[in-house]
Order: sequence, then C-alpha cells, then structure tokens
Amino acid sequence: MLAVRVLGTAAILFVLSIIVFSMLHLAPGDLVKTLLGTRPASPEAVAAIREQYHLDDPLPVQYLRWLGGVLSGDLGESIRLQTSVSDAIAARLGLTLALCGLAFAIALAVGVPLGVQSAVRAGGVLDRAGTTLGVIGLSAPTFAVGLLLLYVFAYYLPIFPVYGGGRGPLDTLYHLVLPAVTLAAGLGAIVLKLTRTAMLRELDADYVTSARARGIPESRTRRLALRNAAIPIVTGASLLLTFLVGGTVLAETTYALPGLGTLLQDSVLFKDLAVVQALTLLVALVIAMIALLADLAYLMLDPRVRAQGGAA
Amino acid sequence: MTAALGPVGVGFRSRRRIPVTIVVCLAVLAVALLAVLLGPLLFPDATEQDILSSLMPAGSPGHPLGTDELGRDILALTVAGAASALVGPVCVAVGSMLLGILLGTLAGYERGPLDFAISRWTDLLLALPVLLAAIVVSGVFGGGYWTTVALLILLFSPSDIRIVRAGVLEQAARPYIEAAQMLSLSRWRVMFRHILPNVSSLVITNAMLNVAFALVAFSSLSFLGVGVPPGTADWGRQLTDNRAIMFDNPAAVIVPAVLIIAVACCVNLVGDWLGQRLTRSGGLA
Repeated sequence: MLAVRVLGTAAILFVLSIIVFSMLHLAPGDLVKTLLGTRPASPEAVAAIREQYHLDDPLPVQYLRWLGGVLSGDLGESIRLQTSVSDAIAARLGLTLALCGLAFAIALAVGVPLGVQSAVRAGGVLDRAGTTLGVIGLSAPTFAVGLLLLYVFAYYLPIFPVYGGGRGPLDTLYHLVLPAVTLAAGLGAIVLKLTRTAMLRELDADYVTSARARGIPESRTRRLALRNAAIPIVTGASLLLTFLVGGTVLAETTYALPGLGTLLQDSVLFKDLAVVQALTLLVALVIAMIALLADLAYLMLDPRVRAQGGAA
Repeated sequence: MTAALGPVGVGFRSRRRIPVTIVVCLAVLAVALLAVLLGPLLFPDATEQDILSSLMPAGSPGHPLGTDELGRDILALTVAGAASALVGPVCVAVGSMLLGILLGTLAGYERGPLDFAISRWTDLLLALPVLLAAIVVSGVFGGGYWTTVALLILLFSPSDIRIVRAGVLEQAARPYIEAAQMLSLSRWRVMFRHILPNVSSLVITNAMLNVAFALVAFSSLSFLGVGVPPGTADWGRQLTDNRAIMFDNPAAVIVPAVLIIAVACCVNLVGDWLGQRLTRSGGLA
C-alpha cells in the first residue's frame, strides 16, 4: 500500500518537474530576452546566455541537465536579485516558516478547544457563534481580513506594528503577530470545522455512552473521544497546507513582509522564471511530503488501520 | 426528472421555513446581482479619472464614499466592480461543474483506461494549491480576465470530477441501472438521463461552494496584480490600488473588503443550506 503511494507521489512530482521546466520555454516572449532580464542584448551577451543555459542542446538533454542541477541544490540564478536562487530562498525561508508556525499554533490553540466545546454543546450559543465565525473565516479572503485588521490596529489600537519584518528575533516575532492572526483566521476555521465534525461523531459512539454509564468523569471521556477524533483532523492536514500556501502569499503581500510569498509574487510579476520554477517545485515537494506524512501519522494514530494495512 | 428510473428524484418537496440567516444572505446576493445588472447603466463612466478631485474623504459633496488617488468615485467604482468580482466566479463554478459532470460521469461509468487517465489527471492538478498554480500560470503567461476564468475552471474541476465520479460509481451498481442497461438504452442515455439526476444534488451543492471559493481566488489574484488588467473596476484590484491611501480615505479599502467578505459568506451559507436541504429531501444521502 505504502509503496504504491510513494511511487504515485514520485510519478506526480516527476510530471510536475517536466511542466515546471517547460514553463521557461512556453513563457511568451523571447527566451533569451527573458533570461537576460534588464541587461542589454548585445550579441556577446546573447551568446553567453545561450552557452550558460545550453540552449542549443536538445530539450530532453536540457531538462536532464536542469533536473540534475535541481537535485544537487543548484536552482539557477535569479535575474532580478542577481544572486543564486537557493540563496534568495534561504534568505527568506526563516520568516515564512516563523509566520506559518505562529499561525498554525494560534489556529490549533483556538480551533481545537472551540471545536470540542461546540461539539459537546451542539446547538448552543457557543456552537452557533463558533459556526458563524467559522463561515467567516472560511469565506473571507486572507488579504481582506488582513487589510481590515491592519486598519483597526494601525488606527484605533496601535499596539502592533503593521508593516515590515522587524529586526532581530524578538522584534520579528512581534511584527509577525498581526499577519499570523490574519492567516490563523482561515486556518482556525478549517481546524474548528474538522474538530467539531469529528468530535460530534465520536461523542455519538458506543464507547462514550459506555464510559459515561460507568461513571468515568466527563473530562476523561472527552479526552478519550478527542484522541479518536484526532485521526480525521490529521488527515485534513493537507487541506490546511493548501490553504497555508496561498494564504502566506496574500498575508506577506498585505503586510509587506520579506518572505517566500512576496518573493514569489515579485518574481512572477518580474518574470524571474528561475525563482518561480524553484518555488513551485518546492511547494509541490512539501505538499507531497506532508500528504505522505499524514498517511503515516494515520497509521500511527489508529491501530486498526495499522493491523489492516499489515494484513493487506 | 420523471424519465429517471432512480429510487428518488431530487426536488424541493418539503415546505420547510427558510431560516432568517438565509433570507438575509439571499437579500445580500440579490443586491449584489442588481449591482452587476444595473452597474453599467448607473455608472457608465466609473473608471474615468479626474485628477482635480483626487483623494476626497468619504462624505464629500457629490462623492458619498470619497474618491481614490486618481479621482475616481469610490461608490461608482465599487458598484461597477461588482460585475468583474462576481461574473467570473459564477462562470468558473458553472464551467468546472460541466467539466466535472462530463469527465466524472465518463470515468465512473466507463471505468477502464479512461477512468485511469482521468483520475491521474485530477491527481496531477491537485498536487499544487489552486491559488499558487493560478498565480504562477497567469503571472508568467499573462492573459486577461477570460483567460483567468478558463484557467480557474481547469484548476477547480478536480473536486467536481471526483465528487461526480464517486456518486456515479455508487449509483452504477444499483438495480435500476441494471434495468436500464437491460432495456438496451444507449450508454449516454443511461449516464446522463438516469444516473446524473441522482447525483445532481451533490453536484449543485459543490458548485455553490465553488462560487465562494472562486470569488476568493479571483479577488486574491487581482489583489496580487494578476488576472485583472490595471484600471479595471474590480473589488480585489481596488484593494491593491487603495492600500496606500488607506488613511486618506479609509472607505476606499474598507467598503470593497467588507463586500468581498460579505458576499463570500452569503454564498457559502446559502450553499451549505441548499446542500443540507437537497440531501435531506432525496438524492444521495
């Protein structure tokens, strides 16, 4: 089972890498001009570019050369930043990871308890308030929430910085609060919905009734139910990640944070294709890995699936 | 619907009262629809610039919501922007629904190599987040409004294909399909006259929810500066353009932002409600 999943993932990544490679050749406009960027197109420069990118080789050879480079960590040169793509990404990776981590922590800290309480008192005031908040969080685009928060906090409650990435670790964290809350609105809504649905199902199960009948304290019963509810929540992780990727681009753009999201946006608008290719591949790789990990976590969390998986 | 040999038809047979929230949502959507229809008539020159009256705050005479940096009236621009913000998403949802019905039914009913090909195609499309793929493709390849619509139809279709395929797989095993096959009805007739009505509740619900997602995706793209050309009246575009003048005329940012959130919420709520109603009143459980 797992071997098939791994092979399937590898196949998808392979096809995607071909598509990403072709992007350079399919993009409108002259390839050499795109690669030259702002440099003047003198015959020597053109020849140098053709030489540097081996444009006179057949396409499959070019692809293999490019793939070999990518696999050995050479992602090419950014024509906009005049540095290697891996340096450009490394310089901005930390901020994006911190932002996503913080947003994830906030979303879990709010979404899970609220989801549990909503399920326990389904139909109650908290449940209805939670559902309403959840719908808003799911529907509202990250940038719209971000701009509204930005306005409120810059104008009425100037306690958080609203612009830029800050200096030093603590200052950066402080600068990341508002963007992280913005991102967490959507993430938290997904977590809340997943938790509520899973908890509702578990609380309805026979073992909960039997635990209650045996007089086991309600708090312990709920912990038991939450552990079983964890499976669908973890399986939904890829949903969260999909949201996070788009959300990061929007949140970073809204708050002008120098992270991977703004790097992608700037590179797309500038047609800095090497960076766009690298980031696209990176995201595809991360998503594929997380999906595989979620499947593994599924095995670890549920002994029943493990037993069946072993037998099949 | 009567032509279907299916177990239960789909329809509004129960006359339950419509909840207040849904009435409010439908009213909001009706107003938005009015803005789409009447916007061009009410404000034919919404995008016209008038540098002399730039950056007027809300409440100025002649400009109830003020003006932006280029002197465009925010009220006119917002009403006119409804069309760009809403027509595209509806087209995306309908388009991906039709594509999903076609490919999903074929995959689920014909099985075999066709099913394999279609399923791998959806796997591939699902490997990248919709928004990322849309940013990269429309950013690198350019293209205007309708190119973005076509791109989003393609990127939204996997969820429709999967839902239809799963529904068709489930229906195809039922006795009424066997009966239809015994009558030697053509496969297209079986697929689209007999199976399709019984999966339609799922399809319609998903299409409604897709409208909300497409609305968010569309406005996100125009916020990032791809998808909608500069100078167009569009809510997402308005937010990017007016971010810098947020403190001169807050209405220029707050009004479109609240509108996007409100419309997306309303579409989502109506979609959820419709889904519950349709599944309860028949079709697939």
